[in-house]
Amino acid sequence: MPTPTDAAGIDTEAAASSSPPDTPVIEFVDVEKSFGSNVVLKDLNFQVAQGERVTLIGPSGSGKTTILRLVMTLEELTGGYIYIDGEPLTHENRDGKRVPVSKKEQKKLRTRIGMVFQQFNLFPNMTVLENIIEAPIHVLGQTKKDAIAKAHSLLDQVGLPDKADAHPSSLSGGQQQRVAIARALAMDPEILLLDEVTSALDPEVVDDVLNILRQVADTTNVTMLIVTHEMGFARDVSHKVMMFDGGHVVEEGPPDKIFTNPEQERTRKFLSAVLGH
Amino acid sequence: MEFFEDWPQYFEVAINWSDRLLAGLWTTVQLTLFGGLLAFVIAVTLGLLAGSPNRWLRIPARILIEFFRGVSLVVLLFWLMFVLPQIWMRNPDLPFRDLVYNTFLLGVIALGLNYGAYGAEAVRASLTTVSSGQWEATTALSMSWSHKMRRIIFPQAWALMLPSLANLWVHLLKGSAIAYIMPFVSDFTAELNQLRRPTDIWFSHAFIGLVVYFILALILTVIMQTLEARAKHKLGRGPSLREILSPAPKAVMAEGSAVTVTDPPQDPAGPDSASAKTEGGVRR
Repeated sequence: MPTPTDAAGIDTEAAASSSPPDTPVIEFVDVEKSFGSNVVLKDLNFQVAQGERVTLIGPSGSGKTTILRLVMTLEELTGGYIYIDGEPLTHENRDGKRVPVSKKEQKKLRTRIGMVFQQFNLFPNMTVLENIIEAPIHVLGQTKKDAIAKAHSLLDQVGLPDKADAHPSSLSGGQQQRVAIARALAMDPEILLLDEVTSALDPEVVDDVLNILRQVADTTNVTMLIVTHEMGFARDVSHKVMMFDGGHVVEEGPPDKIFTNPEQERTRKFLSAVLGH
Repeated sequence: MEFFEDWPQYFEVAINWSDRLLAGLWTTVQLTLFGGLLAFVIAVTLGLLAGSPNRWLRIPARILIEFFRGVSLVVLLFWLMFVLPQIWMRNPDLPFRDLVYNTFLLGVIALGLNYGAYGAEAVRASLTTVSSGQWEATTALSMSWSHKMRRIIFPQAWALMLPSLANLWVHLLKGSAIAYIMPFVSDFTAELNQLRRPTDIWFSHAFIGLVVYFILALILTVIMQTLEARAKHKLGRGPSLREILSPAPKAVMAEGSAVTVTDPPQDPAGPDSASAKTEGGVRR
């Protein structure tokens, strides 16, 4: 369904791709996602700039996680367009027609995106080290030596230097999640998607994991799209906070503003519920 | 009481017959090994296709599975042995004539198709039990389909499908006895039938046959349980083979604070014999 905004979106896109620094790293144009008859996202438009860290907040079922899963191509986009570095991720707009992009193109874009899951999803049939080096060697074509060296430095970074040969099943949840972060970072992603990464953890290890992510945010220029219920973390690391409800952006702005002086009643209610006052 | 009095003679006859019995046993072993190998290849191929999201791969695979699962092994053998060669008899110039007249090969194919179709269901089902999180992690790491299958998904499904495959292999061994209807193939059961003439059905079938098939099945079971224990150990569940086989298992050698596994969705459907047995042994 071509609309004026569609066309406008593409034009600016084409113009912007000639000057990379201005190209948004992630751009949603009229994104629509439905599961059967259940519409989860509708007419969603937003951009994330290079190096920007955006946190999505909102009640469960508001479509935040779906946004991350759409970027990771874990869900099929049912309408609109997603652009990564100005290139269409799933479909392109060819004279108003929505045409799927080739699998090859999609795969190329996807290697720039990394994701950390709520349930860690480490591979139980591999050691910690093997988990980290598997994709860099076989997907990115790194040499085994380089991949291993990188994996060790990442394990140092996440505070697990002596766990390289351990099996995931012998690690605690917090340790598994730190390995999962190292595994995602080993791919050198341009975009890192964090999907409620501390929700499945014991309360006392949540801070360990968040501190590692704070450090990643401080020391790298990786663009982050974050879904979390840890408002303190969201406030610390993000440049922008987007409040979702019912598949719509209710309000967005810098964290200081959203958390201290939200404009919308809905945001205020949500925040007082999660912050518990 | 004649029956028991005659037994020493029966054993004598059996020993005289031993060359033929051994030859039959060897044929049965070959049918079981080659049939099992073919069944495994068919099971994995059809199982992967039947689990594919692409309907042009899935539907033909499903049709083949349902067909060969539903066809009686005896009827299938009759078709391969007696109907198929007729085509070549009418048209002697057709290629592959030797293959169609090779009844042993046809027997292997019949066993492979029949049990492979059952195995395909086991393969497909165990692939679906690998948690969706594992599939998603492979997508997030941009792994290709063959890469994720080979390195991530199949090795996890492998531990789950082995008990079913072990069952099917034992079934195949016993099903191979149907080969005695095949011309030019003298398997163990066919030789037992020969032995029955100078002795009696109780001695040849109910005694020698029972014991020998039981021992063969036991060997297959032990092989498969070894594979299963190994596969489980690789997934971080259960001890290694060395720990299982060592006479006095040592206490858990996990580093210091052995933390409990926090991965509920990946736990198998239920603890089965092998892991229950071995865990009990290791955890004192």
